Amino acid sequence: MNDTTSVAKQAANAPAEAALMPPVDVIEDANGITLYADLPGVPKEKLNLHVEADTLTIEGELALAMPEGMEATHVEVALPRYRRVFTLSKELDAGKVGAEFAHGVLKLRIPKAEHAQPRKIQVAVG
Amino acid sequence: MAYRPLFPRDVFAEMDRLQREMLHAFDISPSIRGLARGGYPAVNVGSTAKSIELYTFAPGIDPATLDVQVEKGVLTIAGERKAEPVPEKANRHIDERFSGRFRRVVTLPDDVDPNAVQARYRDGVLHISVARREAAQPRRITVQ
Repeated sequence: MNDTTSVAKQAANAPAEAALMPPVDVIEDANGITLYADLPGVPKEKLNLHVEADTLTIEGELALAMPEGMEATHVEVALPRYRRVFTLSKELDAGKVGAEFAHGVLKLRIPKAEHAQPRKIQVAVG
Repeated sequence: MAYRPLFPRDVFAEMDRLQREMLHAFDISPSIRGLARGGYPAVNVGSTAKSIELYTFAPGIDPATLDVQVEKGVLTIAGERKAEPVPEKANRHIDERFSGRFRRVVTLPDDVDPNAVQARYRDGVLHISVARREAAQPRRITVQ
């Protein structure tokens, strides 16, 4: 019985369809992390960002204007979907993620939680 | 071809490099202009009876800086993508996105009209449509 439930759970969590992995840049400074991801061909309304617990999921579906009756002759981008999952560390504030999306590049800003920001500690001389 | 650091920082970059080398090894007769696949930007090509459609996946580029040329039946797409600036006291943990100058060259079929080229940049994809010449399009001939 346990087996069947775990299998069912796995199936529910497993990605539904094969997807391309978008290349990313991740830059960290004192106040947070900036992530850039290349998602060419994804219109804004087909971009899906998801934060659940400490998991960040970036998903996007391609929508290209194609003339009727087009036959593909050379294909390098072979799947109509991008997906990439990151695990966030606990000092990041997942509730304050800021996102910008322009020209197929997603820019995410994940600030560090207040308590995790650098602080200068005063040394009291007593 | 995309630049790869000599000592990749993560396993995905390493696997990516391995995959490229495998492609090199199995491609017995590569294109005269170098490796067709795996470079930046990626290109999809399709054709219809009336046109050739090219989709160039070049995100994050100012369309005004893109250089698209057709000369002697060869289409060239060139441009430059600048790296995101890293502020002072910041660390770059993952560095996978392409930056620098790029150029992709595609040989067009003989029946295209070099004067009827349309290029649109949308959502990071440059869509170039090259019309085929009228004479080359299929026609129904009426029998008298």
